[in-house]
Amino acid sequence: MSSQSTNIDWILVFTYLLLVTIGWLAIYTADFNEQHPEIYYLGSNYGKQLLWIGVALLVGLCIQILDTRFYTAFAYFIYGMALLSLLVVLLVGTNISGSKSWIKFGFFNVQPAEFAKFATCLALAKYISGLSSAYYSIKERLVGIAIVFIPIVLIRLELETGTALVFTSLAFVLYREGILPGGILLLGVLAITLFVVSLLIPYQYAMIGVSALLFVVLLMKGKAPLWQKAFVFLPISILTLVAAAYLDEITLLVILPILLVIFLLITIYSQRVSYLMLVLFFSCFIYVKGVDYIYNHILQKHQQNRIGVLLGTIEDKQGAGYNVNQSKIAIGSGGVYGKGYLEGTQNKGNFVPELSTDFIFCTIGEEFGFLGSAALISVFVFLLLRIIAVAERQKSRFSRIYAYGVACILFFHFTINIGMTIGLMPVIGIPLPFISYGGSGLLGFSILFFTLIKLDSERYMYLR
Amino acid sequence: MVILTAALLLARLYSMQVMDATYTTMAKDNVVREVTIYPSRGLIYDRKGRLIVNNLAVYDLMVIPRQVQDLDTVKFCGLLNITREEFDKNVQRMKTAAGYSTFRPQVFLKQVPAEVYDRMQEYLYQFSGFYTQIRTVRQYGSNNGAHVLGYIGEVNQKQIDTSNFYRMGDYVGISGVEKSYEEQLRGERGTRYVIVDVHNREVGSYKDGEEDIEAIAGQNLHLTIDMDLQAYAEEIMQNKRGSIVAIEPQTGEILALVSAPAYNPNLLTGRMRATGMRMLLADTLKPMFNRALMAYYPPGSTFKPIMALLALQETGIQANYYFGCSGAYRLGRRTVGCHYHAPCFNVQAAIQHSCNAYFCHLFKLFVENYKFNNVSEGLTKWNEYLHEFGLGSSEYLDLPALSGYVPLPERYDRMYGKNRWKAVSIISLGIGQGELGVTPLQLAHSTAVIANKGKYIYPHVVKSNAKDPNNPYNKQHSVSINPKHFPPIIDGMEQVVLYGTGRNAYVSGLNICGKTGTAENPHGEDHSLFIAFAPKNNPKIAVAVMVENGGHGSKYAAPIASLIIEKYLNDSIAPYRKYVEDKMLKADLLRPKARYIGPVAEEEIEDDFISTIFSTYTPAPLSVPEPLSTISNDQVSVVGDNAGNPNPTQIKTEVKINPPPAIKMQPIQTTTTPSENK
Repeated sequence: MSSQSTNIDWILVFTYLLLVTIGWLAIYTADFNEQHPEIYYLGSNYGKQLLWIGVALLVGLCIQILDTRFYTAFAYFIYGMALLSLLVVLLVGTNISGSKSWIKFGFFNVQPAEFAKFATCLALAKYISGLSSAYYSIKERLVGIAIVFIPIVLIRLELETGTALVFTSLAFVLYREGILPGGILLLGVLAITLFVVSLLIPYQYAMIGVSALLFVVLLMKGKAPLWQKAFVFLPISILTLVAAAYLDEITLLVILPILLVIFLLITIYSQRVSYLMLVLFFSCFIYVKGVDYIYNHILQKHQQNRIGVLLGTIEDKQGAGYNVNQSKIAIGSGGVYGKGYLEGTQNKGNFVPELSTDFIFCTIGEEFGFLGSAALISVFVFLLLRIIAVAERQKSRFSRIYAYGVACILFFHFTINIGMTIGLMPVIGIPLPFISYGGSGLLGFSILFFTLIKLDSERYMYLR
Repeated sequence: MVILTAALLLARLYSMQVMDATYTTMAKDNVVREVTIYPSRGLIYDRKGRLIVNNLAVYDLMVIPRQVQDLDTVKFCGLLNITREEFDKNVQRMKTAAGYSTFRPQVFLKQVPAEVYDRMQEYLYQFSGFYTQIRTVRQYGSNNGAHVLGYIGEVNQKQIDTSNFYRMGDYVGISGVEKSYEEQLRGERGTRYVIVDVHNREVGSYKDGEEDIEAIAGQNLHLTIDMDLQAYAEEIMQNKRGSIVAIEPQTGEILALVSAPAYNPNLLTGRMRATGMRMLLADTLKPMFNRALMAYYPPGSTFKPIMALLALQETGIQANYYFGCSGAYRLGRRTVGCHYHAPCFNVQAAIQHSCNAYFCHLFKLFVENYKFNNVSEGLTKWNEYLHEFGLGSSEYLDLPALSGYVPLPERYDRMYGKNRWKAVSIISLGIGQGELGVTPLQLAHSTAVIANKGKYIYPHVVKSNAKDPNNPYNKQHSVSINPKHFPPIIDGMEQVVLYGTGRNAYVSGLNICGKTGTAENPHGEDHSLFIAFAPKNNPKIAVAVMVENGGHGSKYAAPIASLIIEKYLNDSIAPYRKYVEDKMLKADLLRPKARYIGPVAEEEIEDDFISTIFSTYTPAPLSVPEPLSTISNDQVSVVGDNAGNPNPTQIKTEVKINPPPAIKMQPIQTTTTPSENK
């Protein structure tokens, strides 16, 4: 036991304790009740959170006591239980604020999705570490992807889009372990970029930009003379753009794929880069036009609003943009040094909805100002870098994959949560790890974290 | 990548928190609210320093709907002394009101009665979400003086637009002193800054109230009205239409200003206001109409002293001027009738006997005087003199009043054509008839001017600060008539009471000087007028009494004027005059009694002399307050015991009554020759 305890990464543990303490202080000010200033008042969020911190530490201790082999042996079992509980939630879940992701247990509610993160990380680590590292078959890749994808589908069915999105961050783990090729990841990033661009500006301008870009690429690639490339690419692309202005959307969406197929055949036949670029041009055109069409005709009004507010194309400070606007006011009014602990006017006035959970960062931004926010971000950055460092020092593949999973999940939460409070990211309701109020959340992150500590503490003992 | 993201977040935070100051102002806009503190309106005292208008604290029961939990409706209704239906009605009204929100305080019950409030305070803690809020409403210590005091109401949109002071929901004076002294009474609003939360609930004060501004209460007013006299005058005018205005000649202070029928000012305040206003507006007697300031009457013979003064000043005649009266004044085709009286060897006698011919002649002498190039110029001069006596304008008064009407030559140019009229065309102006229109207040003021021998201070109802040199009521004015002309006129007015037409106004020892007047009324019985002042030397009170449809000036107006003077100077009515007082109190001019030819109740005939003579002719029944279907027979206007009698005595139409041929029915034109003016 003594050798074990020396291997515990105390720096990480202390960082965890620091974050939890900051979180509790933030909840205390967010939910401050003048009639009950005592910290253990269970009618308030901070009283409950204190209880949950105690429970989390106790669970953390239990995790340290359990043998490491428990996690490897029971990884699939835990994963199966998690999936089962997600299914159960779908059937008997309680509807709280628009999502059916809670199970009522007497006086407290449990959100299984929080524990599914831990289970998925564990199962992913178990599965990938069991594979031979040289080469993965398609089936193995698909199974790896499926392990991440199943919870995403289930959680999406519970209408917890935010939490479902968290799991996509595990794609990075898949990439890191070679399950997911880099090209697909790159394509995904490009697709997202084009998606945003096509919504921000009219599609004509987007396509002019795309064709210009493709032309530049064309000039650099291929051996044909300049005039030949220009003669093939420019007239067709320009003609298409002009024609598009006079055609209605449906016709366009019918004609474009036909053109695409034609030029694909020509490309295959002639093997010329100019035609390949034209194929790419038409693909992009269909994509951009499709996004446009889906946004305007298929998406619901509130979905359009959320995207529009984020992109800044819709100005709506009372409706969809209310949360973000109030959150920005709270944080922005904090200034350099903040208004002082328990002095935040926006917090006290309950202007920001979901203050003690998803928008907890507002209290820190308002009451501790830029310096406080920067300090909190630094602590998080330190924690993440430390976890990555810990991951890299693992000899066991299982531990490493698990640690990367933890780092990805925490990073995603951290980025999206803080990003959304300051209007950089869309509002998807996910908590700030260790800071936000919520028993399930805190317990889920703590289990995730302390399992990492446990695995790390035995890094010299096993090679799994 | 982690560091990159963190850097991005930090950059954004830096730009938001450090570089951009707009969020700070937005945050302040979010949380700081201005709360207006309403000042209490100024109090009003009477001449003797008695409080007559004060602010009564009332309590509105407020509710924050969201905080209401497990309301025991039965118990709650029992506490408030309301029925379940009323409870539901209040809830419904509250929910449909503009600006309803479950987070913000709503008025559940307005102006809770004091006895309910006491009980409620004790038990209200049991009903979460309910609390009381103090407000003030006007409360009147007496039931009199409504027309002087006026009333307040919510400000209208036009006032909000034109003034930068008022806001929606403010109270503003609508009539009387409340209107004319609005700026002094209203005070200044204060502001309190509070921090509110997202639901507009108060969380605390902003900067501990450093920037708060205290409300400044309105100034108190001291009226010149003697409430005892006012009450007495209103009582005497019960069951009559008309008005009484009493002025202290030396100071111009208005002692009493009565418009009958009067109403109880408490009707227009508090919970009763809406009902009271509806009742008053529906009353056919128009109790809200301020006859003392708004109604134009021809002054009739009460104008003769002024006419005499003007003639003495301008035409060069002396006080001993003789003009023979042959029972009428004939000029060209016009004949102005007069009555039988002793020959008038001087102005005094002319006033005493109220000789129409004499004053028509004086008017002709005035306007067609050789001094003036033509009659237009003469009339313009006449107009100027009348303005000096306060007729034809009312800007000098500190109450909202109409200006009266004194015709200018243009009027007759329009009527007859330029240079196509002469004194004969407008001769009835000389005896206060024709186009001349004065308000009772102007009549009282001009009496005060005569009483004070030409010197006067503008009439006013609010005591002026003696030290304020800018106050218009501290300055003495005088008419441009030689003071030596006044004694004969005053002597004449004394003789009116001693031996003349106004003997009904005689009170021994008071030395009352007066003048009767009978204003021709084309719509019915003539109006009874009387102006008087007393004592003769160093007068203390000048009165103008106007009783609509009262007949001859000596019939009602003169005794009433004498009673007012006696009441003011002696503070009581002498026992031997009680019968006069009694008769005046009982006189009921609103419900004319049906008169039949044949057996009649005795008391009717013995009651008044004049109506006995003309008993065969009864004018069309005067407006009688009709019972309002929505209102019970509650007494609205102060008109006596059986006001609002649902079954007023009606004249049976089967009984054909022919007017005697001797009596002229009604003048067709206002300018036609008045048949008799005494």
